[in-house]
Amino acid sequence: MREGIRNSEFGIRKGAAAAVVGLVAVFALLVPYMFSPFYTGLFTQALVFGLLALSVGLLGGYLGLMPLGHAALMGVAAYGLGFFIVHVHSPMGAAVGLALLVTLAVALVFGLMAVRTTGVFFTMITLAQGMLVWGGAFKWYAVTGAENGLRGIVRPAFAASYWEFYYLTLLVFALCWAVLWLIVRSPLGLSLQGIRESESRMRTLGFNITAHKLLAFLISGFFAGVSGVLFGWYNNFISPGSVGLQASADAVLMVIIGGSGTLLGPVIGAAIIVFIKNILSIYVARWPTIMGLIFIAVILFAREGLVGLARNIITRRRTNETPNLAGLNGERGARDGGLRAPAASGGIERISPG
Amino acid sequence: MTVEVAVFQLFNGLTFAALLFLLASGFTLVYGLMRIMNLAHGGFYLVGGYVGLSVLLATKNFLLAILTAGLAIALLGLITERMLLRRLRGDTMAEVLLTIGLAYALGDVALAIWGGDPRNIVVPSAIGSSVQLVGLTYPMFRIVVLGVGIAVGGAIWALQERTRLGATIRAGVDDGETLQAMGINVKALFTLMFCFGAFLAGVTGVLGGAFLTLYPGADFDILLFALVVVIIGGPGSLAGAALGSVLVGLIDAFGKVLLPELTYFTIFLPMALILTWRPYGLFGRPA
Repeated sequence: MREGIRNSEFGIRKGAAAAVVGLVAVFALLVPYMFSPFYTGLFTQALVFGLLALSVGLLGGYLGLMPLGHAALMGVAAYGLGFFIVHVHSPMGAAVGLALLVTLAVALVFGLMAVRTTGVFFTMITLAQGMLVWGGAFKWYAVTGAENGLRGIVRPAFAASYWEFYYLTLLVFALCWAVLWLIVRSPLGLSLQGIRESESRMRTLGFNITAHKLLAFLISGFFAGVSGVLFGWYNNFISPGSVGLQASADAVLMVIIGGSGTLLGPVIGAAIIVFIKNILSIYVARWPTIMGLIFIAVILFAREGLVGLARNIITRRRTNETPNLAGLNGERGARDGGLRAPAASGGIERISPG
Repeated sequence: MTVEVAVFQLFNGLTFAALLFLLASGFTLVYGLMRIMNLAHGGFYLVGGYVGLSVLLATKNFLLAILTAGLAIALLGLITERMLLRRLRGDTMAEVLLTIGLAYALGDVALAIWGGDPRNIVVPSAIGSSVQLVGLTYPMFRIVVLGVGIAVGGAIWALQERTRLGATIRAGVDDGETLQAMGINVKALFTLMFCFGAFLAGVTGVLGGAFLTLYPGADFDILLFALVVVIIGGPGSLAGAALGSVLVGLIDAFGKVLLPELTYFTIFLPMALILTWRPYGLFGRPA
């Protein structure tokens, strides 16, 4: 069973995982043939935001530092792309390259500031950085067009139509996902998870914590930038609303709903949020309330997200099938429980008179 | 910039600083004791302002409006702390995320109840006139807010430094576990503090409704200012909140005149620089 978990995110056997991935791939390839342009557009959005959520999840899930300003990095790339296309009239390839370079430069500066902190401070600093970008987008009229936004972010000629652009997005997404898959399983990825579990222990082992955090921030910033390029192309437009706090919080929500610390969760979460926003908003006027309540419910009752829930269900079923392991697990659970009980606050509280 | 404009902006900055301090002090006190970054604080402010508006329209009594708004938001705080945050005790990241969800919902519910048009709270004529200050005609209400800010700041300081409750709270900030082991009901202390922070946010909402205006999105706008104040000053520090408020208030007032193109930049850039120099703010320390 342990091996199974190591093999795939849901804790299912390798063969089954391959079958699922194959089915998803076939489904993804057939989307423009099965759905209307509107829904194909939503799937495109889901992939774009899925990539953003993956970049958030790399920091939030694997490194344990949740950024609350990543929509701004996405926005820097989209604005950069727009700037080089509209104002500088660069060739498309150069515009993309320069936009990603600018994003990396911003991510480097932001990263240098943010990685010195931990926990909630990291979240707050990234929030502030996001607002810095938002403020710039809102006020720097010459470059960003201020609240009018920046128009004319044209797509490359080979992906101008909605279905061509879907396939381009799918291709870029798949490549990025594969790279991320390799990264989280590489020594670097494992070190990041080690830092998440215990920074002091990793430091004692001789790891350069700051360098690891900064590298993770840059990688994350790069993928946020790629999603920003796709986002700019998708809408042909970028405005301050897309880079603000709400957009960044949405990205975090995607990670949490799907399941942080996985590579499936953020994508599932992104798809759910994109579809809720675009379809629910047609029927229900109060969808922000619903989003807020979903957010609260997920954090209270399903901290590990949908992927975590699914994993728990599968693990429990497997445990019931194999009584041997169930016994072992039960024993371990009891021992853990026994160890934890005195440390829990409840133990101390009974002493207090109030 | 003429001397007259400079003095005018100085007053604008200081009075805005007082409003920011009223909001940021509750936020920072809650953080100091409970390590909760309450991102729904702006939502508390906005809903408080709207409640005050409704009470004012119904009763024409400004003081009653302020009091009702404060108590209503304190009740909201009580529900939030008891029913939601308590379940996550100690998991700071989950707490922050939960308050974001709450902020979404509050902003949207406020929009559903009070509508999308900007609403202004009209203060009673007794404090709604203008005063002559060093040769300037200046709205009296802003001066009143400045006075309230200083008075509340002083009162909180005295409460913290001069009373038994304050000593208990300071002990809780330093080492909650030991305090609990000594027989203090820390849970009740947390609830009390959270409700107090919410009360301040509700009251500030009414003042802010007269000062700025109430509109959908005002919750996040003011939250950002409060966050900048708290981050600059160092989360958990009352003195930091006071200093941060004055800095942000003045930068905002003079930035609007000197660099109107860069209004938000002038706020966030100094913060970014201060964080680079001191990652935990001027008066803060690592959690």
